[in-house]
Amino acid sequence: MRTLATLLLAGLVAATIPGQAPAATPKDTVVMAKQIDDIISMDPAESFEFSGSEAIGNVYERLIGYDLKNVSQLKGELAETWTVGADGRTYTFKMRKGIRFHSGNPVTAQDAAYSLQRAVALNKSPGFILTQFGFTKENMKERIRAVDDQTLVVETAEAVAPTFFYYCLTAVVGGIVDSKTVQAHEKAGDYGNEWLKTNSAGSGPFRLVSWKANEGYTLERVDGYWGPKALPRRVVVRHVPEPATQRLLLEKGDIDYARNLTKDQLDAIKGNASIAVQQAPKGSILYLGLNQKNPNLAKPEVREALKYLVDYTGIEQNILRGQYVVHQAFLPRGFLGALEDTPYKFDLERARALLAKAGLPNGFSVTMDVRNTSPITDIAQAIQASWAKAGIKLELIPGDGKQTLTKYRARNHDIYIGGWGPDYQDPHTNAETFAMNPDNSDGARSKTLAWRNSWDIPEMSKQTAAAVRERDAKKREAMYQQLQREHQKTSPFVIMFQQIEVAAHARGVDGFVMGPSFDNNLYAGIKK
Amino acid sequence: MTRPRRWPRRVRSLAGLAVSVPLTFLGLLVVTFVIGRVVPIDPVLAAVGDRAPAEVYDRVRVELGLDRPLHEQFRRYAVQVLHGDFGRSILTANPVLVDIRRVFPATLELATVATLIGVLGGVPLGVAAAVSRGRWSDQVIRVIGLAGYSVPVFWLGLVGLLLFYARLGWVAGPGRLDVGFEDLAPAVTGVILVDAALAGEWEVFANAFRHVILPAAILGYFSLAYISRMTRSFMLAELRQEYVTTARVKGLSERRVVWRHALGNALVPLVTVIALSYANLLEGSVLTETVFAWPGLGQYITSSLLSADMNAVLGGTIVVGAVFIGLNLLSDLLYRLVDPRTR
Repeated sequence: MRTLATLLLAGLVAATIPGQAPAATPKDTVVMAKQIDDIISMDPAESFEFSGSEAIGNVYERLIGYDLKNVSQLKGELAETWTVGADGRTYTFKMRKGIRFHSGNPVTAQDAAYSLQRAVALNKSPGFILTQFGFTKENMKERIRAVDDQTLVVETAEAVAPTFFYYCLTAVVGGIVDSKTVQAHEKAGDYGNEWLKTNSAGSGPFRLVSWKANEGYTLERVDGYWGPKALPRRVVVRHVPEPATQRLLLEKGDIDYARNLTKDQLDAIKGNASIAVQQAPKGSILYLGLNQKNPNLAKPEVREALKYLVDYTGIEQNILRGQYVVHQAFLPRGFLGALEDTPYKFDLERARALLAKAGLPNGFSVTMDVRNTSPITDIAQAIQASWAKAGIKLELIPGDGKQTLTKYRARNHDIYIGGWGPDYQDPHTNAETFAMNPDNSDGARSKTLAWRNSWDIPEMSKQTAAAVRERDAKKREAMYQQLQREHQKTSPFVIMFQQIEVAAHARGVDGFVMGPSFDNNLYAGIKK
Repeated sequence: MTRPRRWPRRVRSLAGLAVSVPLTFLGLLVVTFVIGRVVPIDPVLAAVGDRAPAEVYDRVRVELGLDRPLHEQFRRYAVQVLHGDFGRSILTANPVLVDIRRVFPATLELATVATLIGVLGGVPLGVAAAVSRGRWSDQVIRVIGLAGYSVPVFWLGLVGLLLFYARLGWVAGPGRLDVGFEDLAPAVTGVILVDAALAGEWEVFANAFRHVILPAAILGYFSLAYISRMTRSFMLAELRQEYVTTARVKGLSERRVVWRHALGNALVPLVTVIALSYANLLEGSVLTETVFAWPGLGQYITSSLLSADMNAVLGGTIVVGAVFIGLNLLSDLLYRLVDPRTR
């Protein structure tokens, strides 16, 4: 007992010895605190979560990218030029010369072909972004082929808007991997998937040093990178689940960036001269889904009334300030065809009139499944209060994220509150999910958000399918805007807000680029 | 007629263990498995995410064996476990054993330091409370103990961080090590304090201690509250015994009577209390781990449960079960050391 007491005392003394240097982050290392427990893989053919996309976006490059300040401007990454044939189906990419992977292997058209083929063959969660163009395991070698070291030819099954195909290639699933390195680690025909989950074989400014699930990941600068050399030697992203803890770490200087501060923490650090806040719009939108199986919610007047009963401005100012802005269309700002109309404001009289017209002058009772997380619970409570003014008794059913999602996917909800982020930077990603439902039956293969809310829309589905085929960009833009206007009036979606991503950082640390999607959050320019 | 020969006590005891331990594990697995399948969370979601098309969802559902009947799923899993294969975690993509080898040492480190604090603080406080029964010091100690039961650990953790880390700078922040010290000590056991000591990396040891001391103190406080209360209770029972009166009459010093004789006897039930308290901490304390970004077993099991990642949950359950059984056996052994009558 005495020996133990002595050891403990010695440790306590050691813990508080002033000689132990304060833990400011090393000059050549950027340290971020972020909630990254959504990462399940670092393989670009498999990763489909926000945090994984961010890491991969710094390690791998794609054939094509886009100007982060003007998404409609495509630019080459590993491809120098690209053309589409007169048939509208045959795309030819010329690879940049002289670029090498982290291993030292040259980047060739064969690597590009292998990367896209393996994504098709593995057909993991993001695989549909490529397979929707008709690629299968059986035809991929014929449809995606390297003609020589510098030329890649890709043939889609049908002619679609070229921008649609290009933007799909800008997604994480289009990341180009070092085929020689990956093939050397293949096991039982897995295309190197098991190895790539926790390793990297890219050509970007960083390589993956380690990823420990629910702990963090570390990236290291690649000194031979063909583009501008990254400024930080290392980037360490630590999983810190509690936002209050992230704030304390930032205030003490133990981290450079805190990525998940809530409104309360942002308000608290406002007066702190050593901390700055950086913001950038992201493509996620917050919405309510009204299940059309509920007879009250199926009435058009009720759907419209509910849209007039949300206090958008009040919620934005009091709950979401700095993190979301009011946005009421299914295409986020920054997308081709985005609509900035906000036709709905809190209007109690109008809502009451609509409810009376629907035969529900005294309101009705309905439930909403709510994830037990901020700010969702706060928004739900605000909506509950404003709907009560029109006699609508909204019962909130709290649950864990996956629990509420399971119920939503089974169409067992009345109302669901949640977010949706685009899968790639083309308008079809959100148009397809919000405005397309080719088969409303329970056994349907395509289970879009419109399907989850049992919204039977054969005509709108045709319009959405036509828009993705329109090759003229201006006409396509007009089609999406018209679609959204109609959607705003008639849909069972109360689209409310678009996300702004916020990163609080130490003053004097700068250069973190926050793009329109998570795989465009780039570390290479961060300087301290 | 000769009486039938009875097996020696030790053999009977071992035979009992050989039956009860596997049965206990089996019971744990069955209950946990059924709960995992009954919770309204789709396990395929964790593997494929919300965006996966129907054919990917269906394929993965079959790969995970979820299309089979429940009893068949359990049978396959149980056979796997008997061959030492705990399956793969959906969330981390690693074999569950690899994950547990990573997260359990973190919990072991935290729980051990917390229990040491609980014992080194709780036992003396409990003795002092018993000796000064009814006086103000007894009341103060009991209030300290009551607070330990009443205060939410999450709140205490955040307040502790704010005060001792952010304001006073007495301890290091959340996480197990500062960034600059990572990977300096080779990972032998996974317990950074031990690995650093083995490698002679004393700066790493000091840094790791600065990180563990606050969360361990928070958890240790709750152990302290429980241990001090139980110690007080056991000591009061011992101090009423005749042998104590006899010892005093014989002229032994009060210190000797209390610490050598009374506490010596109170240690017998106290060993069980300490073992149980330690076992509770070894399950992982998810709230403390969340506040302090401590990558331990509590967070691992909780996030797996919330994603219906049953391989990980069941693997964690087996570890927790093994810990309880192991500590029970250890406390039985310690009885023999502490109480000669049980030898």
